[in-house]
Amino acid sequence: MTIKWKDYPTKGIYDELMRGGGRARDAARSLCQYLRTLSDEELQERKAASELAIRVMGITFTVYCETEGSIDRAWPFDIIPRVIPKKEWEVIEAGLKQRVRALNMFIDDIYHEQRIVKDKVFPAEVLAGSKNFREQCVGISPPLGVWAHICGSDLVRHKDGQVYVLEDNLRVPSGVSYMLENRQVMKRVFPELFRDASILPMDDYPSQLYDTLASISPEPKAQPEVVVLTPGIYNSAYFEHAYLAQQMGCELVEGSDLVVGDDDCVYMRAVEGLIKVDVVYRRIDDLFLDPEAFHPDSMLGVPGLMRAWKSGRVALANAPGAGVADDKVVYAYVPQMIKYYLSEEAIIPNVETYLCDDKLQREHVLANLNKLVVKPANESGGYGMLMGPQASRKECEKFARLIRKDPRNYIAQPLLTLSTAPTLVNNHVEPRHLDLRPFVLSGQQTYVTMGGLTRVALRKGSMVVNSSQGGGSKDTWIVDTEAG
Amino acid sequence: MLARVAENVYWMARYVERAENTARLINVNTNLLLDLPRKVPFGWGALIDITGYDAMFKERYETADERSVMRFLIADTMHPASILSALDNARENARTVRDIIPREAWEQLNHLCLRAKNDLQLGLTQRGRHDYLRWVILGCQTITGMLAGTMTHDHGYDFLRMGRNLERADMTTRIIDVRSANLLPDQAEHAVTYDNIQWMSVLKSLTGYQMYRRAMQVRVRRPDVLRFLFKDARFPRAFYHTVCEVENSLQDLPRNDAPLRLVVQLQRLVNESHPEALSQAELHEYIDELQLRLAEINDQITATYFSLGAQVSTAA
Repeated sequence: MTIKWKDYPTKGIYDELMRGGGRARDAARSLCQYLRTLSDEELQERKAASELAIRVMGITFTVYCETEGSIDRAWPFDIIPRVIPKKEWEVIEAGLKQRVRALNMFIDDIYHEQRIVKDKVFPAEVLAGSKNFREQCVGISPPLGVWAHICGSDLVRHKDGQVYVLEDNLRVPSGVSYMLENRQVMKRVFPELFRDASILPMDDYPSQLYDTLASISPEPKAQPEVVVLTPGIYNSAYFEHAYLAQQMGCELVEGSDLVVGDDDCVYMRAVEGLIKVDVVYRRIDDLFLDPEAFHPDSMLGVPGLMRAWKSGRVALANAPGAGVADDKVVYAYVPQMIKYYLSEEAIIPNVETYLCDDKLQREHVLANLNKLVVKPANESGGYGMLMGPQASRKECEKFARLIRKDPRNYIAQPLLTLSTAPTLVNNHVEPRHLDLRPFVLSGQQTYVTMGGLTRVALRKGSMVVNSSQGGGSKDTWIVDTEAG
Repeated sequence: MLARVAENVYWMARYVERAENTARLINVNTNLLLDLPRKVPFGWGALIDITGYDAMFKERYETADERSVMRFLIADTMHPASILSALDNARENARTVRDIIPREAWEQLNHLCLRAKNDLQLGLTQRGRHDYLRWVILGCQTITGMLAGTMTHDHGYDFLRMGRNLERADMTTRIIDVRSANLLPDQAEHAVTYDNIQWMSVLKSLTGYQMYRRAMQVRVRRPDVLRFLFKDARFPRAFYHTVCEVENSLQDLPRNDAPLRLVVQLQRLVNESHPEALSQAELHEYIDELQLRLAEINDQITATYFSLGAQVSTAA
């Protein structure tokens, strides 16, 4: 039995590859035709080959466990790629660039004159209630006026076919290494597809990342000393930290490897002696960065790092305080920001968002809790959420209390039906929901990854794509249908 | 190269070597035991004195019988030189430097760790012990061989080699010390009879018997064995050779003045000494002195390369 596209259900949901009735979308046509030619054995072989490649390449994510220490689990991967036509991607790319530009202008404004607040486009109360606003950053001007050098925005497609931005990750977004490794796995498993189709390459991300980081070096140098700062091997994204350091040819450092001198410069402790560091790509949260400035008991950070950054002796990416824009209430204002700073309309729309801080909107939310998704403003990874349509009455009541108690900290959105793509389940294909996280680099230039990390909920009907909760991933192809 | 990474590589190598040599240490005693006549009083306690963890042992065990000593040396995870702790520590150090060491070596270390745990009950029996120790030694040698054969011989490898050789130097002296310890009254009649057999078992537990015969071309006698094990420049487990390896590794490294000075002093000390002429008591003191010097070298390497002070403010 081979794949029968005719039996593939697409009713009421937007599918990324199939139109319904067994017809593939243009950009996916040759892929679907090819997959149909594979026998069951061949499909199993390819699947096994992908699993082997993942093991051999050592693509893992880390789960810490008391008895065994940390366990590296193999990365769950589906061999059927998600396909996006180049034309559509170009619009998304432009939309992401526009969005990140506005976000960076917003952050810079917030830590300086706060014009957007004075002009009453962005309410002062929202800023006052922001958990990620850092007093310590007021008045600082990072190189090029850029705060969020690396941004990972989560995109989803609703059943109407429209792509929305679900959230912007401006603190320490992760996942890019898996995006790159997924492509490597696919090239090993389906080399023939890459010969025949016009799949646009994405492999230059590490060089682009290095160039972005080098462009914010305090001193212009041909080869500035760039390091990747990791919380250590027990962090779930350690694989990515090590991977990026290796790909960029940089040192992977921990807090204890760095020291700030009396000259406010940052040095790394090397066998050769102390070596001056120009740029730190930090993968540690703000509050753990520097025990002198934030949590005094943080063992992860570097004492004096904020002092060094403020004096302009070292660049930090992302800049501390950039998370002020990584707040679901602030998110709701991004379309207004784009208009305010760029005089443009947002190219990619936001998901409709109700702010519980606003009396009218709050009443609407409270009256419709069983239809909405309620999210706390500052959590990430899907924590502390209410999925209204699936929630019990008790849970709804609990959230009603929470919202009344701290309205600033909650937003609500309609439940989206994420688009699907065919996913291999025991030798046949079934639709599974997915999202997309592209990465945007901002330095001297702005760069968007060609595609992004597609995360897929492997459980039937599930919309939860997190790898810790049964999520997997797929390679993402941007296909140029006109290149022939 | 990052100081922390260098330190991890150094300790990984030390711990792998420690596991191997603890296994050798147990072997020498087991062999001695087999060779000695039943009437000779003979104990396992000497092994504990030699590890330097006798206080810890006394706290945790009632008597120094074979069972307790074996558990302490093979399986006790509170004891840092036990085979299980050493392998665990090697693995923990290796984990953070996985991009520096070849993948196969990491996998081998992982595998060795797991097997040492899985087969532990067998290793603690009298019958299973020999096999258990044999493949621990073999597994460690495999890792050492893989690293020598597949890892770029850069600064990282220099630290690896230093760690391995300092540990080996230390453990070689301890293995010789098993024999020099007061196991038998020095002048006892029957002791003379068995003396040579016992030195042979020291050589064998260091896989040095064949090499000794080739190098010294004499039968096994105490003075020649001591000269060989302390002063031979070519046998890889001889003390002098290991110190030369450390010197060699240091030559490649930057800022090597202070540690190199100590290493050269130790080389001179060994060269000018005559361990073969020492009585058992003096030999024990001599060994103490060498171990002290090794500890100083370790401290100096740590100070020079691993713990750069934060007080340095104008380094660039």
